[in-house]
Amino acid sequence: MSHTEIAKTSYNEQILNQTSQLDDNLFTLDNRMKSAKNEEIIAPTLNFFQDSWRRLKKNKGAMISFFVIILILIISIFAPFFAPHDPNAQNPAWSNLPPKIPGLEHLSWFNGMSVNRGGALIDSYEQASVPEGVYYYLGTDSLGRDLLSRIIYGTRISLIVAFAAALINLVFGITYGIISGWVGGRVDSFMQRVLEILSGIPNLVIVVLMLLVMRPGLVSIIITIALTSWITMSRVVRAQTIRLKQQEYVLAAEVLGQPVYKIMLKHILPNMMGLIIVQVMFALPSAIFFESFLSFIGIGIPAPNASLGTLISDGYKTFRFLPHLMWYPAAVISIIMLSFNLLADGLRDAFDPKMKE
Amino acid sequence: MTQYFRYILRRVLLMAVTLFIIITVTFLLLQFLPGSPFANEELLTETQLALLYENYGLNDPIYIQYFNYIANIFKGNLGVSFQFNNIPVTQIIANRSGPSLQLGVQAMVLGTSVGIVLGIIAAVKQNTWIDTFTSTLAIGGRSVPNFVFAVLLQFVFAVVLEWFPIAFWRDGFLSSVLPTVALAISPMAEAARFIRTEMIEVLNSDYIELAKAKGFSKIYIIGKHALRNAIIPLLTILGPVTASLMTGSLVIENIFSIPGIGEQFTKSILVNDYPTIMGVTIMYSVILVVIILIVDILYGLIDPKMRVVQGGK
Repeated sequence: MSHTEIAKTSYNEQILNQTSQLDDNLFTLDNRMKSAKNEEIIAPTLNFFQDSWRRLKKNKGAMISFFVIILILIISIFAPFFAPHDPNAQNPAWSNLPPKIPGLEHLSWFNGMSVNRGGALIDSYEQASVPEGVYYYLGTDSLGRDLLSRIIYGTRISLIVAFAAALINLVFGITYGIISGWVGGRVDSFMQRVLEILSGIPNLVIVVLMLLVMRPGLVSIIITIALTSWITMSRVVRAQTIRLKQQEYVLAAEVLGQPVYKIMLKHILPNMMGLIIVQVMFALPSAIFFESFLSFIGIGIPAPNASLGTLISDGYKTFRFLPHLMWYPAAVISIIMLSFNLLADGLRDAFDPKMKE
Repeated sequence: MTQYFRYILRRVLLMAVTLFIIITVTFLLLQFLPGSPFANEELLTETQLALLYENYGLNDPIYIQYFNYIANIFKGNLGVSFQFNNIPVTQIIANRSGPSLQLGVQAMVLGTSVGIVLGIIAAVKQNTWIDTFTSTLAIGGRSVPNFVFAVLLQFVFAVVLEWFPIAFWRDGFLSSVLPTVALAISPMAEAARFIRTEMIEVLNSDYIELAKAKGFSKIYIIGKHALRNAIIPLLTILGPVTASLMTGSLVIENIFSIPGIGEQFTKSILVNDYPTIMGVTIMYSVILVVIILIVDILYGLIDPKMRVVQGGK
């Protein structure tokens, strides 16, 4: 029996060459097998925030909100640059002008026309003898102040109140929560009883009483809102502190003689950062709401400054006839609160993926 | 069970302390307020003023005034309004509590029931359009301030469509529809979100799996097994919801011109009518504290798991 001839094609020759090479190397260890590289992790390691950011990026609503918030922050920080007019400059001759935007004049919303008392459509700009080329993008209010500029500055005031209140809430809530959770024992139960009592008092009552005693103004509003919002924060921080206190690495740090403040700053706080950020994100829209609520019932920011709430309240007074004075600030505040809420929801899911399932 | 009673006793004690602190703080804050209670002082002579001070006990040392004030509260006397024709505060509250109570109860019932139904449907039909709709509603209800929502309703349904009266409390139930909806939106959003999360958790548990394996119908499982466990935690949001209804009523009653407590409260705040402000403040606190207490007590009674936890402590 003759064994089969292998056809001498170039293809087959190549295979034969390769097999002979393989035979030589078959019983020697490949370098790669020996090296520690074998167990190397190829995917990039992500820390907590990179990982959360990766998850957050998948959440469309949260990402859009994120950019909306950044945009609004930029506009309100650089308000003098963006506002076309002085928000407090009054001009009674040009009062109650309807919106007029260059380039959008073919749209009935932005053409500067309004219905007069007789029911006829008139060009209010011409009637008030506003020179050609002067535009009030969102119209003017009853004192002739530019609504767009007032909204931009109003957003700025609303955001200042919200962020300042959130900052106080943060500092106070964290301090209270950490002390209560870390010290434990009698101090803890005393501090918790105090919280239980405080949380029984309606926020509304605290806010109204504080505003009656302090002079109404930016600072007193910030203080009152901060006063009513730190309780939840301190509860979250306390629960986390108690949980983290029992971890081995905290115990190790303690045994090794780390001073308490260092343990707090290096081990406890960084590990609850996610929850704290989410708490702050939820506190912001509720502060914006409370401020606008106070302004709406008339105990908010005093004139001539205006927050979004004041603008809504002013617009509501003439809302049958000049509805745009109310709708624009109302839309802005709704967009801001929606963005903060969506981003807060997104962050909560991103920091704690287990929660979502 | 004795554990449970001790728990209730502790809660009642805490409640009393809370109320005591609220009353004390409001009393002290009033002492810091500038001015005198008699609005048109300049028209009064020295002797008249002295008589008035004597009459209202304002010459007494503060601690005596304080004890008198506490004693009066126990007698159901909250003082006399400075601004509104010297009517006793209790009478003002009594006259105005009807519309507020009706509105609050209607909003609570509407909000939670619609919220529960939406939450259940959203949880059962997860990731469908109705789920998206519920989440949108929930996030919208948290984001659009209730006074903006109220004005929107007023504009669409009263001004444009003319289905409901624009304001006032004259047309009976019909005039309460719009304010009720405006007030109900926030509890509705809260309840829907809450029930959805709870239901999803319950629906994934083993005993639901078992019920399915036994071949019970879907509706039976949801109604008999799932809902029971999902609804108990809903009790806990009753306190915050009450608080938000109180806050909401302040603006809603103003927007719809309803002669309720909220409307009176804002009016009193704007004219510095301190006794009325204090009276309403104390009443609001009592309502909230009592509701939180009832919720805690009920929670212990309904949920056996809670009882075990408390018993174990």
